[in-house]
Amino acid sequence: MSEIIDIAVIGAGPAGLAAASVTAQHGLTVVLLDEQPAAGGQIYRAIGSADAHLQDILGRDYAAGRTLLNILDQPAIDYRAGATVWNLTAQGNISYSLGGSARTLSARHVIVCTGALERPMPFPGWTVPGVMTAGAGQILLKSSELIPPAPTLLAGNGPLLFLVAAQYLRAGHRPAAIVETTPWRNYGAALGALPGALRANSYLRKGWALLAEIKRGRLPHYRAAKNLRALGTAHVEALEFRAGGRQRRIPCASLLIHSGIVPNIQISRALDLDHSWDPAQRCWRPRLGAWGETSLETISIAGDGASIGGAEAALHCGRLAALHAAWRLGAIESHAEITRLAKGERKALAVHHAARPFLDLLYAPPRAFLDPPDETIVCRCEEVSAGAIRGYAELGCLGPNQTKAFGRPGMGPCQGRYCGLSVAEIIAAARGIPLENVGYYRVRPPIKPVTLGEVSALSG
Amino acid sequence: MPKDSTFWHLPRPEPHALAVTFGFEGAAVAARTGDTVASALLAAGHNTFRTSSVSGSARGPFCMMGACFECLVEIDGISNRQACMIQVRAGMIVRRMVGARSLVGDAGDV
Repeated sequence: MSEIIDIAVIGAGPAGLAAASVTAQHGLTVVLLDEQPAAGGQIYRAIGSADAHLQDILGRDYAAGRTLLNILDQPAIDYRAGATVWNLTAQGNISYSLGGSARTLSARHVIVCTGALERPMPFPGWTVPGVMTAGAGQILLKSSELIPPAPTLLAGNGPLLFLVAAQYLRAGHRPAAIVETTPWRNYGAALGALPGALRANSYLRKGWALLAEIKRGRLPHYRAAKNLRALGTAHVEALEFRAGGRQRRIPCASLLIHSGIVPNIQISRALDLDHSWDPAQRCWRPRLGAWGETSLETISIAGDGASIGGAEAALHCGRLAALHAAWRLGAIESHAEITRLAKGERKALAVHHAARPFLDLLYAPPRAFLDPPDETIVCRCEEVSAGAIRGYAELGCLGPNQTKAFGRPGMGPCQGRYCGLSVAEIIAAARGIPLENVGYYRVRPPIKPVTLGEVSALSG
Repeated sequence: MPKDSTFWHLPRPEPHALAVTFGFEGAAVAARTGDTVASALLAAGHNTFRTSSVSGSARGPFCMMGACFECLVEIDGISNRQACMIQVRAGMIVRRMVGARSLVGDAGDV
């Protein structure tokens, strides 16, 4: 017999913690499932164990997440760390694994807060050991106080790339260079959105401060870099690129890459919910109402898993989804009441969202990583190249889902997380049609691997 | 002192103890309590965690958050475990994944 509860929240980042807190405050029983060993999400990863020195290195925004952990003291919240959700049904039934055994629970309402993934940034050589995402570098610093081997190169674009560079400088590690891929035209495009972003000037101030810190650290900073290629076979040895009209080759022992973040939509795709294409952020996002509600009344989505807005916006979205769920389950009587309670959240959210158009235009991913050269491995698991995918399109393949039958992209263990967007972009470009018309992979459960032994123990 | 291609720990006046010992490919690896298998192996200078299932090329940790499945290793006889999601335990036996897992001959995950 499966456990029955009021609310299940999947993911203990800012959105999930806020959602759990608000639903618990309204008298509902809450189970908070999180895959990681400690709460905080990726943004506040290891915040409970980071001491003052590490907090100084990671910065004030990170340290501010510490107070969120107090939410877990609320007795109505049953927080389960290390719980990997591998299936969610439209009825709110959840299958997950914890400590090597599969379990099920049934929730009257589920709030999905599964956050973001780093956007795939395919270029030749990005699969070689020693090349990892900037987020991975930051996770190693937060969780294990690890600094990557020197010389370290940071390549790509987006705020996280600069944040990680600054954090390494504070930790006493000077990266050999930042190889920024932001095309020159992005600056002009973003300029028009600057006045709007002034409403959220804390983001701009933080951005300038970071760039100033990097400048003071005298990091070589290459701009508008293109034609990236990582060299090495057993381990990364160098990065080749073109910048400032010259071909360059910089030796490295670690290469951290980043091209922004996109919603992690594995669960909403597995539920076959409606998704819409976000042309500004070049990603899919689940189609949601003003409270994060989906086309299934038992399921809401909040935080970066709904739409990229950052940690603070995620808190407000988490609370909005929670208020709506509490009203739906009768814990709050009138809709007028949740509308009233939501006012402050919506006002704050509008300010956070004001910065997005500027950031989205400035850090729009360069075409070269959306539609990479033929030789580039696009599906890392099944090792399918961009050229192979173009070949499928030439043979009549219509979209990502069909490519599976042609050459298995998206069928490896990552289930398309790091190739789905790239495959769609490549096919759309090859067919000369808008991306929203080529679609995405059909994602099927289990969305995380589970052994047959675990599943059979469930039914037995 | 940092070696070539090895991650190194943030210098501390009192460094954290390497209190947990586990096995990797027949050698002993010392790790900090709470380290994941992936962070412990990187700190010990191991960058190749597996060879890919199609071309046999070297692969290592990429996302460190359980999404990319590049850090797959065999742990205590069970194949395809995500090294970045599993914390080290004393006496754990970890091996590289070589290509795809075989359907027969794996213990523990029938």
